[in-house]
Amino acid sequence: MSYLEYNTKFVPTGLRKLWYLNWPIIMLLIAVSGFGFLMLYSVAGGSPSPWMEPQMKRFGMGLVLMIFVAMVPIWFWRNMAFVAFGGSILLLLAVEFFGEVNMGAQRWINLGFMRLQPSELTKITLVMFLAAYYDWLPNKKVSHPFWVTLPVLFILAPVAMVLNQPDLGTALLLLMGGATVMFLAGVHWAYFATVIGGGVAAIAAVFQSRGTPWQLLKDYQYRRIDTFLDPSNDPLGAGYHITQAKIALGSGGWTGRGFMQGTQSRLNFLPEKHTDFIFTTLAEEFGFVGAFTLLVLYLLIVAFCVVTALTNRDRFASLLTLGIAMTFFLFFAVNMAMVTGLAPVVGVPLPLVSYGGSAMLVLLVAFGLVQSAHVHKPR
Amino acid sequence: MKRTPKDNIESARIVGRRALVVGGVQLGIIGALGLRLRAMQVEQADEFRLLAEENRINIRLLPPARGMIFDRNGIPIADNEQNYRVVMVREDAGDIGEVLAKLTELVDIDPDNLTRAMEEMQRRSPFVPVTIADRLSWEDVARINLNTPTLPGISAEVGLSRVYPWGADLAHVVGYVGPVSDYDLSRIDDDDPLLQIPKFQIGKTGSENKLEHALRGSAGTRRIEVNAAGRIMRELDRKEGEPGKDIQLTLDSRLQSYVQARLDGESAGAVVIDLENGDLRAIASAPAFDPNLFVRGISNTDWKALNADKYRPLAAKAVQGTYPPGSTFKMVTAMAAMEAGVVAADETVYCPGYTDVFNIRFHCWKRGGHGNINLHESLKQSCDCYYYEIAQRVGIDKMAEMARKLGLGIKHDLPLSAVARGLAPDKAWKREVRDEDWRVGDTVNASIGQGYVLASPLQLAVMSARIATGREVTPRLVRLIDGVEQPSGLGESLGINENTLRRIRASMNDVSNHRRGTAYGSRITADEYKMAGKTGTSQVRRITPEERAAGVTKNEDLPWERRDHALFVSFAPYDKPRYALSVVVEHGGGGSRAAAPIARDIMLQALYGGPPPLEAYPSGVRDKIAEQQRRIEARIPPGSKGLGRA
Repeated sequence: MSYLEYNTKFVPTGLRKLWYLNWPIIMLLIAVSGFGFLMLYSVAGGSPSPWMEPQMKRFGMGLVLMIFVAMVPIWFWRNMAFVAFGGSILLLLAVEFFGEVNMGAQRWINLGFMRLQPSELTKITLVMFLAAYYDWLPNKKVSHPFWVTLPVLFILAPVAMVLNQPDLGTALLLLMGGATVMFLAGVHWAYFATVIGGGVAAIAAVFQSRGTPWQLLKDYQYRRIDTFLDPSNDPLGAGYHITQAKIALGSGGWTGRGFMQGTQSRLNFLPEKHTDFIFTTLAEEFGFVGAFTLLVLYLLIVAFCVVTALTNRDRFASLLTLGIAMTFFLFFAVNMAMVTGLAPVVGVPLPLVSYGGSAMLVLLVAFGLVQSAHVHKPR
Repeated sequence: MKRTPKDNIESARIVGRRALVVGGVQLGIIGALGLRLRAMQVEQADEFRLLAEENRINIRLLPPARGMIFDRNGIPIADNEQNYRVVMVREDAGDIGEVLAKLTELVDIDPDNLTRAMEEMQRRSPFVPVTIADRLSWEDVARINLNTPTLPGISAEVGLSRVYPWGADLAHVVGYVGPVSDYDLSRIDDDDPLLQIPKFQIGKTGSENKLEHALRGSAGTRRIEVNAAGRIMRELDRKEGEPGKDIQLTLDSRLQSYVQARLDGESAGAVVIDLENGDLRAIASAPAFDPNLFVRGISNTDWKALNADKYRPLAAKAVQGTYPPGSTFKMVTAMAAMEAGVVAADETVYCPGYTDVFNIRFHCWKRGGHGNINLHESLKQSCDCYYYEIAQRVGIDKMAEMARKLGLGIKHDLPLSAVARGLAPDKAWKREVRDEDWRVGDTVNASIGQGYVLASPLQLAVMSARIATGREVTPRLVRLIDGVEQPSGLGESLGINENTLRRIRASMNDVSNHRRGTAYGSRITADEYKMAGKTGTSQVRRITPEERAAGVTKNEDLPWERRDHALFVSFAPYDKPRYALSVVVEHGGGGSRAAAPIARDIMLQALYGGPPPLEAYPSGVRDKIAEQQRRIEARIPPGSKGLGRA
């Protein structure tokens, strides 16, 4: 369905679009980010620098960017999907060759005015591209092997490049986000059953390969899995971070130890307390009440996205919104599973709360797309 | 591609259905996360809270002050001295080199220590205080404190360190402390957390070691909050420990100091026992060493010198050294024989100068022999043949029994290092240890304190004390622990016939007070303080028949190691015994010449409680004694002038 098919009479124009924005989602985003600002203030020992202030600036910038993206009609973004995806693939290639190495991984590319993580960008452009693909593809062909293989290749290409950086967390997020869009688009159940079955077999193979010359993962990744399975067997080495994180989290209790009173974060027992492990500081200082509140806020964001997606008759808009909601969900679910000891430590930040520019900007742009879909709904 | 409205409705239906599935899965995952949070933060919260507290709270030990040791008059003999040291915190110092340069201008610091401190600072976290210099004087500290503004990161701290004001005089008794070592930890079964403190001082030898438990006290604790790097954030609370208990010994440090001075130049041991309660008034071993050297950490040169000295300064000869008691053992043989009834007091034995036992000839020290001689004369003149005879009559087992009764061959329980058991041999002992039968010749040798018999100066003093009192006098070294009086050492009656004792004492009296006694030259002339004693000269080598034929070589002509040991045991006053003592001079030659004069001087010093009047000495030796007293008085260390503090 092209934009010509919209009944444009009912599409808001100009500044009237602001009235049609999905304000509940914006409010929820601000609330979640607010949590982030508080925590960044706390982990800096009660100081806006070095983390809270830049984070707020970026959030403000991101909010403006989001509204700008929301103002642009959704069909424009659909037409841009292929370009955007192609662009991010090129950036990923550029990272392979010119990227900056930081903390053992080659993830960043310096654009001069900012350091960008193309893998973050790809999370959104992949979803955009797949949504556009299924909007274009007639229903009958959705489960045809050829038309299934094609998007699988489009997913695997960036996944392979990200794995090579190496960034297991983002690769998993890309894979699962892409697969979800395919699933939503109506690809036959049997494909997923086969892939999941194959995946289980592959995991078995990964473990079997350990220590052999054809070892499939890097040693540090194996160690992370070991540590995950039993952090106590290396409490001072590999398991130290996750053990300290769990102590921080658990010691929060019902209502927490109070704002800026968390001993684990204040006395530096927590690793990466302003980035990947920021949730543990929050859980320590605000307890179960605070942690659960954040979880509910996240759930509400996803829920509002699902509601707007399901009431949107435009296939691209609907798939895009659901895909972004899924990516967002994967972000926080994997991060929380990671810090609560339910999943291996794969290096996924807590969306909108962890300190970090690329991830926040990309997420806010993504929500701009969701807003655009909402504003330009066929009515 | 153009979509039909039907297509649109169909695809929307599929998306909706699939979205519900995905949403369901998401809800499930969020539910799981929620439950996980609940489990950790609500159900296991206490457990994790505890772990968090363990993380942040460290318990530091506060070492208690070590108990002091006093002598019987309350004069400190092991004291705690304030010790100033300079520490530096790297992160506060800024330019370390500059600050250290300024510091070395103010106080003298050993360059080696400086290098070591620099290395340690680089190795450890920047906030850990590192000791730059130890044992500074108060003046140094004052200078540093005055210059604090120009010495960032530098501060002076005060601690306690052990000091022995009497230096070498009490070294063997008090011992010394030193930092606990891995060897100590492996050897002692003690779970006191204090021992885990690096360089914690524990008693290494002597009373410091044996009374460690009372002296140490118990640790205080300080709870502090630390961060992940170990930096101290604040102190949460503090519980003071229990200081070590003060101990008062029975020693008289002034007498002890005199004895050490009197033994100076010899390799010797001497013990003085108070007969009222078994108190050890002096336990001297010469030469001695300065225990303060060990507290500070002895230098390699000093250590080597102490070990290379053939007089063995590190050995506490008075309690650790064992020697053939020689003629001082004759009292044992005589008493065993009399108690067994195998010899009458007035019975005489003929001494031709030797005795043949199964083709082996045993000589008397007097080549011409003593002729017919009875018990009294045999002790006084120290005739050997008499004892060869009566020992064969009474047998070794009864002699050994009497020896043990008198305190030989048994270990006296004293808080001192390596208290020797000595040896009172009997048939069972030889069978067990040597796997040989006891022979009559062995008995003959033992009768005059040679052969297998071994005794320490302490044991000889106890023997003398028991003969003087007839009671089982037990040596006592500790008088008070934390103000609590320890049991007296004046034991029960030994159950020896009073008649036997009286005869032995009378003979001992004649040894030093009769013109023909072996120690007549070392008598005390003060009437109220007459001294009874017995000389002993024990061979450390066998005299070959050739040597004997050529005329016995004089001791003075032999190398030091082969000369005889000189011994003397005594008690005084004769009518109302107050002190018993023993003196052993290693390789000193004859007992009457080398040991008895020393014993007399010590005894007088003890009886008068200070330098005796010259009238107590025989008129012939008074000039010599006066000269000797001046020499010794000049030698007694200034520590003795300290005031009593108990």
